[in-house]
Amino acid sequence: MSRKPIVLHTAPHVKRPQEVPVIMRNVVFALLPILAFAIYQFGISVLALTLVVTLTCLATERFFNWMSNRTSSLGDWSAVITGILMALTLPPGFPLWMGVVAGFVGMAMGKMVFGGIGFNVFNPALVGRAFVQAAFPVAITTWTPAFFDGRFTQFIPTTLTMPFMMPPDISAWASSVAVDGFTGATPLGLQKFQDTQTAAMELLTGMTAGSAGETSALLIFVCGLYLAFRNMMNWRIPVWIFIGVTVTSGALYLVDADKYPDPLFMLLSGGLMLGAMFMASDMVGSPVTARGVMIYGLLIGFLTVVIRVFGSLSEGIMYAILLGNAATPLIDAMTQPRVFGARRKEQSP
Amino acid sequence: MAFAPRLIVPVSQHIGAPAVPVVKAGQEVVRGQLIAEADGFFSVPVHAPATGIVEAIDLMHSAAGPKVLSIVIKVYEAASQQVLESYPVDPMQLDRDELIKRVQNSGLAGLGGAAFPSHVKLQVPEEKQAEVLVVNGCECEPYLTCDHRVMLEQPENLLQGVRYALRITGAKRAIIGIEDNKADAARLLREKLTDNDPISVELVETKYPQGAEKMLLKSLLGLEVPVGGLPIDVGVVVNNVGTLAQLGRLLPSGEGLTERVITVSGSGMEKAGNYLVPIGTPVSFILEQVGVEAEYEEVIMGGPMMGMSIASLEVPVTKGTSGVLVFRERRFIEEQGERGTRFPCIKCGRCVDACPMRLNPAQMVWLAEKREYTAMQEKFNLNSCFECGCCSFVCPSNIPLVQYFRIAKSINNENRKATA
Repeated sequence: MSRKPIVLHTAPHVKRPQEVPVIMRNVVFALLPILAFAIYQFGISVLALTLVVTLTCLATERFFNWMSNRTSSLGDWSAVITGILMALTLPPGFPLWMGVVAGFVGMAMGKMVFGGIGFNVFNPALVGRAFVQAAFPVAITTWTPAFFDGRFTQFIPTTLTMPFMMPPDISAWASSVAVDGFTGATPLGLQKFQDTQTAAMELLTGMTAGSAGETSALLIFVCGLYLAFRNMMNWRIPVWIFIGVTVTSGALYLVDADKYPDPLFMLLSGGLMLGAMFMASDMVGSPVTARGVMIYGLLIGFLTVVIRVFGSLSEGIMYAILLGNAATPLIDAMTQPRVFGARRKEQSP
Repeated sequence: MAFAPRLIVPVSQHIGAPAVPVVKAGQEVVRGQLIAEADGFFSVPVHAPATGIVEAIDLMHSAAGPKVLSIVIKVYEAASQQVLESYPVDPMQLDRDELIKRVQNSGLAGLGGAAFPSHVKLQVPEEKQAEVLVVNGCECEPYLTCDHRVMLEQPENLLQGVRYALRITGAKRAIIGIEDNKADAARLLREKLTDNDPISVELVETKYPQGAEKMLLKSLLGLEVPVGGLPIDVGVVVNNVGTLAQLGRLLPSGEGLTERVITVSGSGMEKAGNYLVPIGTPVSFILEQVGVEAEYEEVIMGGPMMGMSIASLEVPVTKGTSGVLVFRERRFIEEQGERGTRFPCIKCGRCVDACPMRLNPAQMVWLAEKREYTAMQEKFNLNSCFECGCCSFVCPSNIPLVQYFRIAKSINNENRKATA
């Protein structure tokens, strides 16, 4: 009887097949419908921006692999997520060369200097975005009307800005192409600076201006649900963020309903849905225990509302998540699980 | 199952001091005869699993790896294999000390897998009181079905064993905990119960590692055994159904343990199932009997989560062997993709969710990688880990968590010995 040699393993001898690249790949799949809607809404500029940012992220990761003499880590798909997510958080007409800067800084400073996947403290996509927010304050707040004519054949004028040049002023262009009822202002900006409320239905379906991929709260929610159902995302994180937002903005709304927006608007507007579903829920930067996740989610929800209402920016989710990321090690240390059989008081730190 | 031509009987099939051989090479032995006696209280004797001649007393392969002292018996094929040595009594007439001595003499060790000497487990320390006897009818691991078969096929022996164990421990009542996918066994046992029996049968969720005694106590009674403690600390004694079924048979007859039920399963097997196998039967003989295709790559003694893959097919079945599993590597690859590519920890928290002891496996791995093994124990209760393997099973980064913990524990143990 001939047979192969016996292989020795240590227990366990069976393994759940779901591996890191499988999870990451599914996050990419979940982002694709959002990306498709963004392209439908804002045209080929978004497509170009996403390609440029994503390729920059991939190239940056590969470059750092090469610099540190490691094998390529592109196979885990996480750089693709960062690229797409980052592009979705940028204004549709964001100049491509600035997208390259965002992609490079996000990957290099947000991820690779820490040692790559698993070691980063902050969400790399948001690190990149925070950098360009500070570096290019005008470009990152230059919004484009949704569904403008000719969006599938022509770029938004700012998209093709020459490298190291500031983008041209597009307000004249924007008013010339805008379809009736669609201005370039975002719902949060309208609410904050012009005291104009956008209807919930428009926020749900994405009939508004805004960052490329943040407009349709409903679509993002459904895509996030897919991940939650496949057990590839911790559903508790978005849930606690929503609760945090609702409670904080609800309290303010009760204090003065004229001055502060209602909780539903807060939940559906801006980047909250995208941030809660896809960025705050990034496994690496979030706590591991259910209790830790609760603190983390509530903190992000609270900070988002505080920044939106009292800050000088109209949107606060980005900084809220980054602060949540920063608090994660502390939260993790505070919320160690109580070991089976341990008395509650004797819990080790 | 038939008798293999040669049986290999290790003198240490239990946790505790190895038994001391009382036979010599060349001596004839009869099935059930004492061939190695217990060395002190924390030890159990070994009985001849078949009638034959002692071929050698030598170091032989074991499942764990190192060679261990074993008595090799060449079986007489023509022998009737009657058990001649027995000391029948009525256990209900004897006092506890006498019963415990008889349990020890029967050579019984926990058949669930850990092979803890049964008489030690049944002896309740003087200062403690056993309230409840929990009978563990949950399979230790996936794939294994031997406990289920024992309950279905030996209900009388099992219930008798439970009654004896109640008498020995002084517990007021017994609960037989069975996973809810084995409702047929629960039904059968309930039918066989008499009105006088302080025994109940309860169903618990089918979920690995439900068969771990601490988990079962939590499910049945809502009790958490304190860290570093034993079930008796919360007034409970736990025994496996296989062990008690043997107890119910061996105690009145006064015979020694010579065989046990094991699950034989895995891929490419003609007659997978549960078999009553003489102790000492080599794995190679079992695989011949059940008809296994030639193309297998891993043979595991025990279950898929905690069992040991063996390096030699001459490893024998011992008292603690609950199953023999055969896997083909190809099947693994289909199910698992590229097995073994390791990714960095992405802090997904799945191991933390999965750990039945509510440890923080991720944190402990970071410490293990820095070789801070003492910190793992002092800050994170490493020794509470009972190595169920759930953390390694769920890890999407293929990090061998439980393997790290085993290493850390053994290094801690050695250091403790060195300093003691």
